[in-house]
Amino acid sequence: MDYRNVLTTCIYCGAGCSLYLQVLDGKVVGVLPAKQHPISEGRLCIKGWNAHAFIHHEDRLTRPLIRDNGAFREASWDEALTLIADRLREVRATHGPDAIGFLTSAKCTNEENYLLQKFARVVIGTNNVDHCARL
Amino acid sequence: MAGLAAAFGSGAMTNSIPELEEADCILVTGSNTTEAHPLVATRILRAVEKGARLIVVDPRDIQIARFATLHLRQRPGSDVAWLNGMMNVIINEGLEDKEFIAGRTEGFEELKAAVAEYTPERVETITGIPADELRQTARIYAGAESAAIVYAMGITQHTTGVDNVLSCANLAMLTGNVGRPSTGVNPLRGQNNVQGACDMGALPNVYPGYQSVASPEIRQKFERAWGSTSDLKAGLTVTEMIDAAGDGRLRALYVMAENPMLSDPDINHARECLKQIDFLVVQDVFLSETAELAHVVLPGVSFAEKDGTFTATDRRVQLVRKAIEPLGEARPDWEIICDLAKQLTDHASRITHHAPRGWDYSHPSEIMAEIAALTPIYGGISYERLEAGEALQWPVPSPDHPGTPYLHKGQFSRGKGRFHAVSFKEPAELPDEEFPLMLTTGRIMFHFHTGTMTRRSEKLEQEVSEAYVEISAQDANALGIGKSERVRIVSRRGEIEARAWVTRRVPPGVVFIPFHFAEAAANALTHAALDPVAKIPEYKVCAIRVERIA
Ligand code: SF4
Repeated sequence: MDYRNVLTTCIYCGAGCSLYLQVLDGKVVGVLPAKQHPISEGRLCIKGWNAHAFIHHEDRLTRPLIRDNGAFREASWDEALTLIADRLREVRATHGPDAIGFLTSAKCTNEENYLLQKFARVVIGTNNVDHCARL
Repeated sequence: MAGLAAAFGSGAMTNSIPELEEADCILVTGSNTTEAHPLVATRILRAVEKGARLIVVDPRDIQIARFATLHLRQRPGSDVAWLNGMMNVIINEGLEDKEFIAGRTEGFEELKAAVAEYTPERVETITGIPADELRQTARIYAGAESAAIVYAMGITQHTTGVDNVLSCANLAMLTGNVGRPSTGVNPLRGQNNVQGACDMGALPNVYPGYQSVASPEIRQKFERAWGSTSDLKAGLTVTEMIDAAGDGRLRALYVMAENPMLSDPDINHARECLKQIDFLVVQDVFLSETAELAHVVLPGVSFAEKDGTFTATDRRVQLVRKAIEPLGEARPDWEIICDLAKQLTDHASRITHHAPRGWDYSHPSEIMAEIAALTPIYGGISYERLEAGEALQWPVPSPDHPGTPYLHKGQFSRGKGRFHAVSFKEPAELPDEEFPLMLTTGRIMFHFHTGTMTRRSEKLEQEVSEAYVEISAQDANALGIGKSERVRIVSRRGEIEARAWVTRRVPPGVVFIPFHFAEAAANALTHAALDPVAKIPEYKVCAIRVERIA
């Protein structure tokens, strides 16, 4: 049996409480509050206490999906990424970089947001990059 | 964001969450704090325990209002009017901070002229707030040693959202409540890393750190670092992208962990537009409503399966740590982007003229090092410091800088603070005979944004599992609607069904629907009219009617 507590940050609101994920044999089984954190001070709200609950949900996507004749089929990463690269290249060549847009996410990390806007600006050459929560 | 940046030179929360506890007066407006930001609400209630006066301005009888000295219930969409009214009283009674105005601001005369006509009596006719209560509120706020304004989407989600924010900034400057602890203008971000997404340049008009895409020097700096970059013209915002998808200007859309189908105003319109697009890629943990329309779906991972950082609403940069391995073949979003970038920039099929540079990272800490090198406000942030437990709030200009708990000390980011004369404008859509009620939408405690995660969390889903509409007893009686009856809600754009909750939480004439539920998406009803500057859709106010399902 392998049990660990991993200190991380809550994903449910901008208050940014710290919490521990309780990990048992490679599965997240619960959440504990962090005493030393300036916002949470050892407490969490109901969303924070349940921050782990969706992680192992059966609906999680675990393989790339490609639409074929209207329906999704599972695909390898290689096939999916090659298809995306080909199509983006094609759209860019025919319609120009500004025919492509990117939506980044307030749910993703800073590093991921940074990389996707860098991708839009460097690889495609467009400023069409935004996130869904201007709010 | 746009409003605060114009007034102060920086669009972020000016102060820190813990500081709220020491404020003498807290003005909360457009924020259902106890439900949307529970641990921020805790600080506010602690301040009240220590004797602070709490003023809540909100049409709904939300929980935090029970702790308030005064609760003003304005007509939805009339915020500029009551804010101008408060300033009218403050100036007429000589309660403004003359020294602060003279030393640190510009544009005061224009502001004074603009608010002169907003007497409490006139404001009462626009907003429904009794003139005397407005006077009391103005005196309490202006009389406090340190007064903080706290707002959320109830202020920004209007066609006049920028005007609303500018008015909050005006009020704070007028009374010298900026640049000191426990004061300021404090927007609470809805989703956990909205602040970080903005900081990282996930915006069509700025590079990371709010560096303008229109500046040739800035462009040069990024071109040097990256090998190439986009041109000087700002790109499209999310709502503009969706429209452009509808009329063929946008041919491909790449969506990372977002569900614009549910979170956009007027989702029927959004669905029609997204269906037009030649190529839609969605990278997410679940098959969201948007992913269902995609041509390719890539499995991303949850926050438990990757390392990285989030930036909290008070500019606090914090670590996210990997706790488990990715499930199945899912991969962290940062790795996916790098792989795709390498595919598109390899020699055989390169689509840019410049050498591919900088897509080899072995860990997110290396990405942060690049961010720090290019982003002055993050200049001193590193995983080393974060791992050592330092609490870092930007700006952190250098590795030996301790971070900045409150902004604009001694000087605004833009030099002088700028007053903006703003006048009241009616919301884009007002009730009429056919659609006699005003709809306002928002969050509830147990769910998070479009619910793709929370609705798959058993305990949270049990708490509130069905969409509902809050309606006043007066309106319910007039329509013959019983307690918990299922009703139809109709706007010019669509209709949904939900269960009626007859309650005093909303005043007569107003109904409220939370927007987390895909099967009764409130955004099927709302209005895509945009604030002309911030391009924030008007979620908060639109005209509807409620019908019995016969
Ligand atoms: S625990 Fe609650 S208050 Fe704290 S960050 Fe999470 S959702 Fe927000």
